[in-house]
Amino acid sequence: MIRARTFIDARQQSHSNAELNWWIFMRISGLILVFLILGHIYMTFIQVSEADATFDAVVSKLSNPAWKFYDWLILALALMHGANGARYSIEDYVRSRPNRAWVKGIFYTVIALVFAFGTVGLFAI
Amino acid sequence: MTQAQITPSTPATVAAMMTLKVKVLRFDPEKDKKAHWVTYEVEASAADRVLDVINHVKWYMDPSLTFRRSCAHGICGSDAMLINGRNRLACKTLLRDVVKKSGDTITVEPIRGLKVEKDLLVDMEPFFDSYKAIMPYFINESPEPAAERIQSPELAERMAHSSNCILCACCTTSCPIFWVNGSYLGPASIVQAHRFIFDSRDEATQQRLNIMNQNTGVWRCRTAYNCTEACPRDIPITQLIEEVKRAVMYQQA
Repeated sequence: MIRARTFIDARQQSHSNAELNWWIFMRISGLILVFLILGHIYMTFIQVSEADATFDAVVSKLSNPAWKFYDWLILALALMHGANGARYSIEDYVRSRPNRAWVKGIFYTVIALVFAFGTVGLFAI
Repeated sequence: MTQAQITPSTPATVAAMMTLKVKVLRFDPEKDKKAHWVTYEVEASAADRVLDVINHVKWYMDPSLTFRRSCAHGICGSDAMLINGRNRLACKTLLRDVVKKSGDTITVEPIRGLKVEKDLLVDMEPFFDSYKAIMPYFINESPEPAAERIQSPELAERMAHSSNCILCACCTTSCPIFWVNGSYLGPASIVQAHRFIFDSRDEATQQRLNIMNQNTGVWRCRTAYNCTEACPRDIPITQLIEEVKRAVMYQQA
């Protein structure tokens, strides 16, 4: 698409920093997630034995707002990082505009629901 | 070429003749609905190039075979083909690098992602459209000095790789994003843009970085590294694309 002939082409070619910002976000969030998740794995599987990881133990740990925030950060960053990666693939591989619109629509809805349920679950404990 | 004998006493210094099966993906738009494979048996030496074999087929076996080639010395960039599953220049690929022994098969296909006009000939127009989109010409509006515009060896080094490009389309047609997404400029155009962006004498850096920052520009690159593997000029293309990404990032910061 080189010379814009339609409004959609023109909008695609219009210059915005959105893609640049997402590219930077992917690098930073990826780096943060590595450490967050390594810490999470350590605390869930190495620090405590499987027998100790009961419902009550998890609830008492999550009563600390710091751990709530830690888990919520993993939830938010992982969902945004994953959703953006999937958006890249959808934009590359789903070429028909109507198909892309509903594939993206359904996908973002699922992500939003998972995020909402995760947040509610985390803060309702 | 046809009467050469394979003799066991051939000294190692003389390349032995061998019989090859050359499998070409052919397509005639006037007759065929779909491309189909045709195999030719060609006798050739291990030191021959793939282009020699294809020329032999065209000149002595089937004159209807259509392909591009011009200088035959790896400079003009016309004979990019998908040879044994990899994009290469037919004139720069020796048979000994793609076949092991007599009786082996080499497959030759048109480069992917561009419309096949006939046999190995593809429509290069979309490729050159995206080349034109990056303004591939020197822009400097300031008054010319009496002599040439001076560039230090260090500054020339920054564009040394990207100025090696011969626009053969090996990289762009090996890029999975270019195959599926018709609007991506493609690695070759970004390498060409790199050549001008990192040219210390050029003044349109800002405009070119803005083109690179568009939706169709560098952010479509998913670093698959196919382009770097395919490049017959050994340009580290993916690395150059990352350099352009960084230049866009620091320009916007």
